[in-house]
Amino acid sequence: MDAILIQILNGLDKGGAYALIALGLTLTFGTLGVVNFAHGALFMLGAFCAVLFNKLLTFSTKVKDESITFFDAYKEQPYLELWFGDLGTTIIDYSVPLSILFAIPVMLLIGVIMERGLIKHFYKREHADQILVTFGLAIVIQEIIRHFFGANPIPMPPPEIVSGSAPLGAMLGLNENLVYPWWRLIYLAFSLLIIGAVFAFLKFTTFGMVVRAGMADRETVELLGINVQKRFTIVFGIATVVAGLAGVMYAPILPPDYHMGMDFLVLSFVVVVVGGMGSLGGAVLAGFMLGLLQSFASMNEVKSILPGIDQIIIYLVAVVILLVRPRGLMGREGVFED
Amino acid sequence: MFKKILASNPLIMLIFSAVVLSAPIWLAPFGANYPDLLQKFAIFGIFAVGYNILFGLTGYLSFGHATFLGIGSYTAVWSFKLLTMNILPAIVLAMIVSGLFAVVIGYLSLRRSGIYFSILTLAFAQMAYSLAYSVLTPITNGETGLQVSQQDPRVLDAMAGIAVTDGIPSTNLFGALIKSQGGYYGFYVAAVLLIIAFYISLKIFRSPFGMKLRAIKSNQTRMKYTGFNTKPYLLTAFVISGMYAGLAGGLLASIDPLAGAERMQWTASGEVVLMTILGGVGTLIGPLLGTTLIKYFENIFSALNDSELHSMFSFMPEGLQNIMVTVVSPFVGEGWHLTLGLVFMIVVIFLPGGIMQGLTHLFNFVKRLVGLGGSNKVIDNMAANDTPNNTLNKHKGEA
Amino acid sequence: MKNDNKTPTLDRRGFLKASVATGLAASSPFFIQNAFAKGETFRNAPKAGAKTITLGFNVPQTGAYADEGADELRAFKLAVKHLNGEGDGGMMNTFKPSALKGNGVLGKKVAFVTGDTQTKSDAARASAKRMIEKDGVLMISGGSSSGVAIAVQGLCQEMGTMFMAGLTHSNDTTGKDKRRYGFRHFFNAKMTGSALGPVLKEEMGTDRKAYHLTSDYTWGWTQEESIKETTEGLGWKTVKTVKTPVGAGDFSQYITPILNSGADTLILNHYGKDMINSLTQSVQFGLRDKQVNGKNFEIIVPLYSRLMAQGAGKNLQGILGTTNWNWALTDEGSKAFVKSFGKEYGNPPSQAAHTCYVQTLLYANACEVAGTFYPPEVIKALEGFKFDGMGNGKTEYRAEDHQCFKDVLVVRGNEKPTSQFDLLKIVKQVPRSAVEYDAKIFGGDLGPYKV
Repeated sequence: MDAILIQILNGLDKGGAYALIALGLTLTFGTLGVVNFAHGALFMLGAFCAVLFNKLLTFSTKVKDESITFFDAYKEQPYLELWFGDLGTTIIDYSVPLSILFAIPVMLLIGVIMERGLIKHFYKREHADQILVTFGLAIVIQEIIRHFFGANPIPMPPPEIVSGSAPLGAMLGLNENLVYPWWRLIYLAFSLLIIGAVFAFLKFTTFGMVVRAGMADRETVELLGINVQKRFTIVFGIATVVAGLAGVMYAPILPPDYHMGMDFLVLSFVVVVVGGMGSLGGAVLAGFMLGLLQSFASMNEVKSILPGIDQIIIYLVAVVILLVRPRGLMGREGVFED
Repeated sequence: MFKKILASNPLIMLIFSAVVLSAPIWLAPFGANYPDLLQKFAIFGIFAVGYNILFGLTGYLSFGHATFLGIGSYTAVWSFKLLTMNILPAIVLAMIVSGLFAVVIGYLSLRRSGIYFSILTLAFAQMAYSLAYSVLTPITNGETGLQVSQQDPRVLDAMAGIAVTDGIPSTNLFGALIKSQGGYYGFYVAAVLLIIAFYISLKIFRSPFGMKLRAIKSNQTRMKYTGFNTKPYLLTAFVISGMYAGLAGGLLASIDPLAGAERMQWTASGEVVLMTILGGVGTLIGPLLGTTLIKYFENIFSALNDSELHSMFSFMPEGLQNIMVTVVSPFVGEGWHLTLGLVFMIVVIFLPGGIMQGLTHLFNFVKRLVGLGGSNKVIDNMAANDTPNNTLNKHKGEA
Repeated sequence: MKNDNKTPTLDRRGFLKASVATGLAASSPFFIQNAFAKGETFRNAPKAGAKTITLGFNVPQTGAYADEGADELRAFKLAVKHLNGEGDGGMMNTFKPSALKGNGVLGKKVAFVTGDTQTKSDAARASAKRMIEKDGVLMISGGSSSGVAIAVQGLCQEMGTMFMAGLTHSNDTTGKDKRRYGFRHFFNAKMTGSALGPVLKEEMGTDRKAYHLTSDYTWGWTQEESIKETTEGLGWKTVKTVKTPVGAGDFSQYITPILNSGADTLILNHYGKDMINSLTQSVQFGLRDKQVNGKNFEIIVPLYSRLMAQGAGKNLQGILGTTNWNWALTDEGSKAFVKSFGKEYGNPPSQAAHTCYVQTLLYANACEVAGTFYPPEVIKALEGFKFDGMGNGKTEYRAEDHQCFKDVLVVRGNEKPTSQFDLLKIVKQVPRSAVEYDAKIFGGDLGPYKV
């Protein structure tokens, strides 16, 4: 029972990450009709916003390291610690959550520049061209990051106070082995919050209404004299921010490296398609569903019956769903079917 | 005049064969005329030409074609292990087995279209890759890759009385070792197969079957309304391109008897998509150009280091030389990925039809310059160009 | 005409005959490279009067191991410099018995070419072939994955080019996939197990329940097998061994079952990014704060890499593992090397850099000893070669499997690092005699000297 419970929690936690990444991708699909292969790179950029912010906070003076005698080596002492003492240390400790504030404007800017500078010219082009150009962009972004940050993962610890596990079992009066890392619980809550915010934004604001109308029938909305284009630019910016925030918060779970975006790219596409192209609800549903299934498929009891199932479960489910439900879980007719 | 020449199949084949077979000469100035790279050009050329039959003609974007390449390789190596080191049965078996897989995967995937089709092929490919890497290790030898060894049974060879006494046996074509002539023999075997593969692709492009596939691409719904069942045609195209991939995989294993799971990873599938788009989707020659460019980058650009750059720019004065090396070095060596990414972007932004479109522009420009005038369709015809504009943005309905 | 199918000959003479018979040689002017004609002419043999020889350094320049590859490349460049008599000479001064003269190798200056393996067998073989066919290299070195090393080693055997493996830890490299033309200086999973055993016994006792998470590919399996053998020999029980997909990223779904399994020790048979991620996540799940069966829960990472370990940050502190070499060693060889490397690049060398540097010097020395670049002679000079002063104490290249035998370091993630490089603390230098094993246990066949 405890084992099942913790696996459910784990599935939800994974699902939160999948849903969040897929949400941004669906926004660009649904509104702009662009297959954005650089979405994974945007996720990675988000994580590197946290890294960069941490680097800025720990901007250091170099002190000669006397312990190394073979050659000249230097130790680093952050200015923040020099100036503010313990407060400085605390600020550095909280660098990951604080970098959200840093990431939002940065990612928004990146998104708007990307849309105005590149994506805009590809609305009327074939999907193949969109794929190639955004894939090229993803490689370029990756290589730039590698140039400055190297290829190795960079540790980004969560704040000290939430670096351990929450004793859920003890809290709820269950088995005391039932623990779950605080940061992952925070991530789950965070992803629900962002998903809720995006939905509320689209549902309850005039802006959102126009965007939804534009997603459903762009021509009619344009005939009504509404500048859909400008709004779509903003939507692309929002999608970029969502991808970026997903990355920022993921940094403590997965030490960021320049290649992490590619690792998530395929997965996020599968989630989006299983959910149904252009359906935000579908993306979220599919994200959580695949997270749960992956978690359960990795249980030893399951693996002993079906060896290797944990490696392919996501793709297997994708195949089955697409064959049974032609447009994914909640897809609409006619979207991306040419 | 050109038009006539380019419309004639035998002449095209003659020119094409001459260009392919003389590659060791005309690639020399680029430092790309060593056997391994020549072999890769030819083999991945076959892969891309085959992929183009599906993607170029029908517009169905498969993200899983590397699966068939991998299956072809595994089949070939197993044929070396169990039957004979002769590559002919290996290649034939590779095509048959990957064709069978293509029938199954194609049948299921083609029940959907658009991006749903792409994701289905991707999902099959990822499953094949993951399983080959781990659970199926008894068949695939996992990460290390399937290799031949001296102790393999090789039933047919044993029956013919061929025994290997020393070390690991080498592949041959009826006794002539593939690795002989320092590897050039292997290239010529691959080159001949490329020429045959290209000829078949040419025939398909210019056949009624090819016309139907293109009709499906331009408007499948209309085709269906006229009571035309598109599925068998699509499946045939899928299987043909799967067999091309199997042939390429079998050849890879024939030249170098090792098959690894990474050949089936999605990045490998992505590579052939990129090759095709980069060269020019739906054109006959384009995929080959794309292949050549990408493989050249991977093998030559990645190997340039600072000291080689210095010698490249050694004709310049010292100061300028250092500046040039500093400017160029982030783009070569370990930075070759960056250059590749930039090339993708530049080509797609400025040449939507890939390199072939660039060549068409260039050709027309030169023609105008020398005052030939006449039709602009000269290369279009050779390229069997399906201009990108007529398949615009259909997901939003025909605007 | 077809060649007679009954000529079974796979030797050189045979295929020359065969290819002449097929009439292909005559038809083409490009067939110039009949590398092995006869006698001592061999592939890429330096021409009489040639002033330089070329070596090929094939390392991952892109992908997850790019930083490790970059460090290997630095070591190679340094080795070439030292061989050519430039710089301070590094370990050339401490290496004995040495036939190196500091004027290149056999009087020829050493040049090198580089290539990107991308940590993929196909790409690595393509790159190696380019070096052999285009650049005319005599020896290839480098690598940071066993799959790649085994693939390139096989190719080198076929092509008759020397392969001096870089970082590769699988038992198979010098076990069932060993080759006559391949040599490994780095240690392997079997030796890791033997070295860890006594330390584990001392620190954790003989009554432990171990849970393995293992990368689901060849290297992971050989390591799991070797560690299991050792720990079960100590009297530990193995609760469960779980295979995890390579590059899984998030390992949480594999960590949760550990909580309830009753195990008190977690052994992570992961390397590189997988190790960083699984370790970071295990620590977040509170495994290290846990008490099971009245004992502190412990995590073990059998194979350490300092470069990669940086990515795990604080999570690494106090965790046991092994390495081939560490820059903090104080023998003369290590000191000379660290000094030379640090002066050149401003940071200490990694174990990958060390093994690559040593391999390059060993190859050059074998050529000097043999008095020729002819591979069969060079191989004979390396087989059974005993040396000292290269940072690992007295070392021997065992002739039976081309595996180097030397001391192995058991290390612990440093709890109080004094610098950013001071990540690992040496717990014990396990003597060579404790990690030796019978060459026959893994099977395999070296193959012929002449190919």
